[in-house]
Amino acid sequence: MRARRWLPYALLIPGILWLAIFFIAPMFNLGATSLYDPTGSLDTGYRMTLHVANYSDALTQYYPQFLRSFLYAGIATISALTIAYPLSYAIAFKSGRWKNFLLILVIAPFFTSFLVRTLAWTAILGDNSTFVQFLHTIHLLGPQGRILATPVAVITGLTYNFLPFMTLPLYASLEKIDPRLIEASSDLYASAFTGFRKVTVPLSMPGVVAGTLLTFIPASGDYINASLLGQGARTSMIGNIIDSAFLVRLAYPLAAALSFSLMAIIVALVIFYIRRAGTEELV
Amino acid sequence: MVHSESLGGDLQLVHLSKIFGTFTAVDNLTLVIPKGSFFALLGPSGCGKTTTLRMVAGLEEPTSGQILIGEKDISYERPYRRPVNTVFQSYALFPHLDIFENVAFGLRRRKVKDVKPAVDAILSLVELDGFARRMPAQLSGGQQQRVAVARALINRPEVLLLDEPLGALDLKLRRQMQIELKRIQVEVGITFVHVTHDQEEAMTMADTIAVMNAGKVEQMGSPTELYENPRTTFVANFLGQSNLIAGKVVDRAGDLGVDLYGNRIQVPRARTSTNSESLWVGVRPEKINITLSDKPVLAANVIPGVVTDASYIGVSTQYLVKTAWGEELMVFEQNLLNSGARPGDSVNLSWDPAHTFALDANQDVDAGVEVLEADS
Repeated sequence: MRARRWLPYALLIPGILWLAIFFIAPMFNLGATSLYDPTGSLDTGYRMTLHVANYSDALTQYYPQFLRSFLYAGIATISALTIAYPLSYAIAFKSGRWKNFLLILVIAPFFTSFLVRTLAWTAILGDNSTFVQFLHTIHLLGPQGRILATPVAVITGLTYNFLPFMTLPLYASLEKIDPRLIEASSDLYASAFTGFRKVTVPLSMPGVVAGTLLTFIPASGDYINASLLGQGARTSMIGNIIDSAFLVRLAYPLAAALSFSLMAIIVALVIFYIRRAGTEELV
Repeated sequence: MVHSESLGGDLQLVHLSKIFGTFTAVDNLTLVIPKGSFFALLGPSGCGKTTTLRMVAGLEEPTSGQILIGEKDISYERPYRRPVNTVFQSYALFPHLDIFENVAFGLRRRKVKDVKPAVDAILSLVELDGFARRMPAQLSGGQQQRVAVARALINRPEVLLLDEPLGALDLKLRRQMQIELKRIQVEVGITFVHVTHDQEEAMTMADTIAVMNAGKVEQMGSPTELYENPRTTFVANFLGQSNLIAGKVVDRAGDLGVDLYGNRIQVPRARTSTNSESLWVGVRPEKINITLSDKPVLAANVIPGVVTDASYIGVSTQYLVKTAWGEELMVFEQNLLNSGARPGDSVNLSWDPAHTFALDANQDVDAGVEVLEADS
């Protein structure tokens, strides 16, 4: 008994070390960077001046990109939910022996890189693509109209790329629902639709919450979709600004302040959301 | 109370069949279940009793035949439109709703305005006052079972279906719930149709039992009737235990005179369910007296034998007695009348002709024995 007491802690050590080296230390570093004097540079070095104004500068200058990021991510999350719910419902309840095959199809996109998949969409949504030509033919799109380099393209890309993250948790929670509960609801005067609304939906809420978080959080920080499918300042998201601040303009304090702000806003939104969804047991 | 418009009638199954692929689960079943009765469908697993119940509930569509309540044909009615509610084997309580909302579910679906008085009343009927705001997972098995009963009963259905409702409970609680359910049924007067594979449970609770085997009803009647006068070897073996001995009719004047390997015995005509010359003669183990061969016998039907085993089990002593033709017969002797027989003793088995029954020899003597063992 005695020897076992330290065992749980010993088992925690690798994880804690990993987090300390690859999460806490970089975070600390990033936090420090966000408070450096912004007039410094990589060549001349940075001075720590607790320059809090980095944050107000970041927010006043780039709030449109922040708003746009959350708007695009929000729309993409709702679209993904709309597509993934019927999809996972069908896989969980109606697919019979095709269940595993369909699940593999959901995961299949992960076998190619994120970048390649997004590039493929530039071909699908490109001005001369069959799809866009078709939209011209049926006059859904004007003669000068395009899809690529519009918000629609960015949101389409985000929806597509994060769809599996929505589908899998939804599937997991739907699949767990005992079909006898649905039978019980129909026995208790609930039509198929009422049963769905009163039993299936509430019981799948953990999956909805997990799926929307797994989609919304990475989508709001994403910059690949905006850069490949948006192709311009009109659709650039906060991720693109952070990307260029770090790698092009080398404005480290600004980039760090932007990153921290993004994180803080997402954490606040997530806490608010989870409170509203009433699934505290999830976190 | 809620259903003011009463369909007021018996539940009738008319030539009801259900075929899954090549498997006939329910085979041309015709049954009338009188309004207000406590009816049990008893049989081993796979006999079609649960499928029958699910067809009445509307969760399974009949392949052919009809289901009527009174005059109304509900065979193809949607489950949520039937005046029928079910207590499921696993209870199927909604895990996201508290006890109050679980019980109120049916009333809310039917847009009943003020559900509170009805819910409070039914919770007190099942003795769960004060549990309204608990979640199902916080309740014990027995309490969940009572919630499931309350959730179905509150709708005042024409027929309440119970699908092995006590299967998940331990023995002691099960006995208690059997009495409880019986009390509730008498109190509300609704037709209860109870599916079970536990013959003791069926006999404790039901007014009428239909014994099912392979999609058909073997025999239907009161518990006493089924036990005392089984009409098939399946019923004789499935409901309690029976000694079945091959016999030939030798005298048809008055009661039947039957020869059992050279021993002449009597079987009342009324307890003979066949005109055949070859019979299975049956007698229940507790109806047999055992006496040492040098003592006077106690009843008219007598067979000699040798005790091969005696087990004292408190309420009775159970003997195995080997007859001259090698069959082992079971005898349960109340410990009031101690014969003092021991293994190896020569004894006479005797019983009253009135406790004898005779079945057609053209059936499997072991029907209902192996299924019972496979099931428990």
